[in-house]
Formats: sequence, C-alpha cells, structure tokens
Amino acid sequence: MAAPLSVEVEFGGGAELLFDGVKKHQVTLPGQEEPWDIRNLLVWIKKNLLKERPELFIQGDSVRPGILVLINDADWELLGELDYQLQDQDSVLFISTLHGG
Amino acid sequence: MCQVGEDYAEPPPRESLPAPRLGCGQKCVKCKQGEPVVVIRAGDAFCRDCFKAFYIHKFRAMLGKNRLIFPGEKVLLAWSGGPSSSSMVWQVLEGLSQHSAKRLRFVPGVIYVDEGAACGRSLEDRAKTLAEVKQVLHTVGFPWHVVSLEEVFGLPPSVLRCCPQELAGTEGAYKAAVDSFLQHQHTLQVEGAGDSYSLARGDEEQSWPQSQDPHGPPSPAASPSAAQTEALCRLFESVQTLTAKEELLQTLRSHLILHVARAHGYSKVMTGDSCTRLAIKLMTNLALGRGAFLAWDTGFSDERHGDVVVVRPMRDHTLKEVAFYNRLFAIPSVFTPAVDTKAPEKASIHRLMEAFILQLQAQFPSTVSTVYRTSEKLVKAPREDCAGEPEGPRCLLCLCILDIDAADSATAFGAQTSTLSQMPPSALQAEAGTRTAPCCAVGRAPGCCWKACRREHDSQTQVIQQLCYSCRGNMKDLPSLDPLPPYILAEAQLRSQRYKTCLAGAQVGAPRAGSHTHFPQGPGHAGDPGLSDRGQ
Repeated sequence: MAAPLSVEVEFGGGAELLFDGVKKHQVTLPGQEEPWDIRNLLVWIKKNLLKERPELFIQGDSVRPGILVLINDADWELLGELDYQLQDQDSVLFISTLHGG
Repeated sequence: MCQVGEDYAEPPPRESLPAPRLGCGQKCVKCKQGEPVVVIRAGDAFCRDCFKAFYIHKFRAMLGKNRLIFPGEKVLLAWSGGPSSSSMVWQVLEGLSQHSAKRLRFVPGVIYVDEGAACGRSLEDRAKTLAEVKQVLHTVGFPWHVVSLEEVFGLPPSVLRCCPQELAGTEGAYKAAVDSFLQHQHTLQVEGAGDSYSLARGDEEQSWPQSQDPHGPPSPAASPSAAQTEALCRLFESVQTLTAKEELLQTLRSHLILHVARAHGYSKVMTGDSCTRLAIKLMTNLALGRGAFLAWDTGFSDERHGDVVVVRPMRDHTLKEVAFYNRLFAIPSVFTPAVDTKAPEKASIHRLMEAFILQLQAQFPSTVSTVYRTSEKLVKAPREDCAGEPEGPRCLLCLCILDIDAADSATAFGAQTSTLSQMPPSALQAEAGTRTAPCCAVGRAPGCCWKACRREHDSQTQVIQQLCYSCRGNMKDLPSLDPLPPYILAEAQLRSQRYKTCLAGAQVGAPRAGSHTHFPQGPGHAGDPGLSDRGQ
C-alpha cells in the first residue's frame, strides 16, 4: 500500500504544448495498492494531465522515442527506466528532443 | 531488421535487448569517481564534469579537425532558438572568452530568422517570441541580425548565383594564418593595445549599429509589411504537401541567411544541425531524390554557394547530449512552433523518417552513429564531364550541380508538352491563374488567350527545367509558381535568356561536349510549334 506522493512533473523542449503550455506541474499522486513507478506515472499523466494527442507523448507503455526522461536531473536509464520507484518530492522532467535545431 | 509485417508500434520486451541494464551503484566511466548523471551511447555513464568536458571537447575537435575557419574570419551563427543551435552559440561564446592559446579565434555574429508567417502564427505571438529572442541575444552579446522570412520577397536574383572562390584551405596555409595571427596578438599585447578580440568586437559593434540598437533608425529588423506577410502566407498555403512545405521553407531560409551573410561580409555560416538530425536528414534526402548531393547536405562543410561556406560544428553531438547539456548547464533557448509541430507521424517524409530512425534507435542504440559514420565517408566527387569541361549549370533553388542529363530532360519536357496539349482547357485556365477568357474553351485554336496561357505555362516549364530532380518533385506540389518570390522567377528568366543567346551565338560545328541542354526551346515560343532547332 503506497502512501500519497507529492511529485513535480516538468515538461520541456516543446512537450509542454501537449499540456496546455504549462511546464511545471506539482502533482499529488493518490495512495494505491502498488507502489508508484514511472510506468504507473505515465498512465496517470495520460489520464489526468495530457490534453491532446497522446500518441505524440506516449507509445505503448513507455514514452515516445525522442522524449528524454530525467529523474532528479539524472538520466532515467541509470535508475531503471520504467521500473524506478518514485519517492516523495522527486522531480521528473520530460524533454522532447524532436523540436527545433 | 526490417521485415514485412513487423510491428513497430510496440517496443520489444526489455529482456531481448542486447545492451545490459545499468545498476544504481555505477560510477562515471571516465573518472571512476563521480556520480553518473547521463548515459551516452550504449552504456557509458558520465558524471557531470566529465560530461561537460566531453561535450566541449567534441565541439572544439570538430572545428579543429577540419581547419576551415581561419583566425579573424567573420562567422555567422544561424540560431533558430532551438536546443542545438542555442548550444552551438553558447559553445562559441565560451570558446571565445577563454584566456588561453587554445581559444577560438574567429569573429562571430548571430542571425535569427522569424518564420512565424510560414507557420501561420499571429502577429502577437511572433512579437512575444521576438522579445524573448532579443533578450537572449543581448545576453550573448555578439552582433546580431533579426530578419523575418518575408524579406525573401525583396531578395535580388544574385542570391541564386554561385561565386566561386579560391581554395584557401591547405594545411600550410592554415598553420601560417594561425601563426601570424598569434604573432600579431602578441605584438598588440606588448604594445598595451589590449585584447585584440575585444578590439575587433569594438569595431564590429560600431559598424553595425542598425542591427544592435533597438532604439535606432528602422533597420531590417523592423516588422515586415502586411503585403509581404500576406504573400508569404499565400505561398505556403498554396503548397499541397507538408514535405514540399518543409523543403521550400528550408530553401528560402538558406537563401535569406546567405544574403545576409554576403551583405555583411561573413564568409562562413555555422548551423546547429546535430548528429541525430543529420542522420534523419540523410535518409530523408535519399527518399526525396537528393542522393547525389548527400555529401553537401550532411557533411561538415557545404561550399555550394562559393563565397560563403556553411559548416556544421554540432554534427557529432546527438540530440540527447544536447538536451542534457542544455538542462544541466542552463543554456537559454527559445521555443518556437514550426510547420510540422503536432503533425501526425505520416504527415510528411521528414516526420516519417524521424519516427523511423528514432524508433530504431530506441531498440538498436547504434543506429544514429552508424548512419553518421556512413555520412562521414561520403566524398564530394567532382562531376565527370567529358573533355574536362568546367562544371555544368546548377539547380535554380538548391544550387547543386544539375543531375539530369539532356536525354532525360528532353523526354521529360516532351512528356510535359504532350500532356499540355491533351489537357482540358479548363485545367489550362486554372493553371494560368485568373484567366477566364472563353476562347480558351475552343481548345487549341491559336487565339490570343491560348498563346498567353501557353506563355504562362512556358514560364512555369522554364523554371521547372532549371531544377534538379528533387526540387522538381517539390515544385510539383505547387499548383502555380506565381506565389514564389520574384527573385526566383527573375533569375529563371535571366538564365533562360542567357542560354538562348548562347545557343544563337554558338557555332553550328561540333557541339560542345558536356553541354547538357537543360532548357531546350519550347515549341510555343514563337507561337509556332515544331521549331527546327528544338533540343540539341
């Protein structure tokens, strides 16, 4: 049983366009049976934050290729990617690299 | 790898990937001490400081290895506001400010092109973006030029002409130039004249008050006229496919940047194309029919314009590295929506190829670097002309040597004229624009309007014939070439007339070897079909 978590979700590089232009979101994830990991967070984001065009952000159960994920300013590949267990006051940043040059 | 029926929508389960997953207890692979923050390539974890050193080293090595930028040379940095070009501008800024013998030695300027009209943005949005842009430019401190894409309607036809320059880049010449520059600097310092870079900067700042002073007299940075904005919107709205729109945008943008560079004496232009972008560009250009020009389109240097050389110093950095660096070291950038923002995956060849490469990269992390290394091996071969003729005519739009032979061009032209004569008169009318004269409906009667229609269509074929294969393909997506900026049509006309004069004055004897006849005389010119000297 996971306690509610307070997490900061941030979007950059153009990804914020899918979230009404808002870059920083302070979210409180409700308590639930399974612990919160990135996989569940993505499902939650898709349901609650994503305003349009889900296929431009999420592909399958992960992010679309070209979108980087940083957890507390570190590459998510170092932390287990989708299986990383979120902790209170974590900061998750999604940067789209697909825009601009 | 690419099997029919293979579904790319779902990435394969993680266990099947060859690369091992990294544990949490790893240390930086370089210094073996720091906490890693980013994974580069497949499995190399770097700590923050090692990553910074690695990133900067790649940039300097790319410039140093190629030895194309001479000390004291004026270099224009093409900044789009996006992450890669912002990173490039910042690298130049940091590289120039170091007080060591190894610092960069050229004289930079920055150009920003406002493409809002082509993307359909409102004037308020564009003004807001421009305010942010100017703020960043003030922080950077280089001489800057802000131009809007509408200014292509004021470009002279000379933009489309190649001005060949003497090749200055031998090994000895570069070293000699660096030595003499260092000696000059040393003398200046001894005389107490201060840092010669700041001297040079002071000069530049004085000579470009227009672009820098926001309160000065109206400069080209002033907002474009409503007529020009409308003309640009009309042009881009008339393009039927997103692929052609993107290609047209790139072409116009490069002409504009070239013009500004020439006008202000810049001999080099730096663009921020990253490794990932160039890999995508390589594959896209293959699909568009630009295979012959890959070395120029994706190589480090692009000398097609002659006097102004385009260089790509970021071509060794992947988009991931750029994004991480910008985040970790707070590099400012300005986000602007582009023509393909939020477009679905199959909207254009560019988007499709981007999705393909990035998905492949997610499963096979060496994809981008393999494509990149292949592009490095592409060598610019001089065109094999018979009898050692100088290089042939160039494409009107992309300025690459035309890759269409006389035979092909004659058949293509023949095919075009035959379709023309078989086309229903209403289609002819529509193509000619606003002409609604009824005599056209009579068919191929040699009435006044028919000739006029044909003349209009002739000018269209005149332009088409001066284009390379891929530019022709793009122009096919424009129902009429009228909305194109006048400099393109003017130059097409000029070249065609010059060619006709050439033909008229040529000796009847032996035909010139290697003279690829790209615009044979059309039958409609004198209103008289079937001229005897049609083609050659």
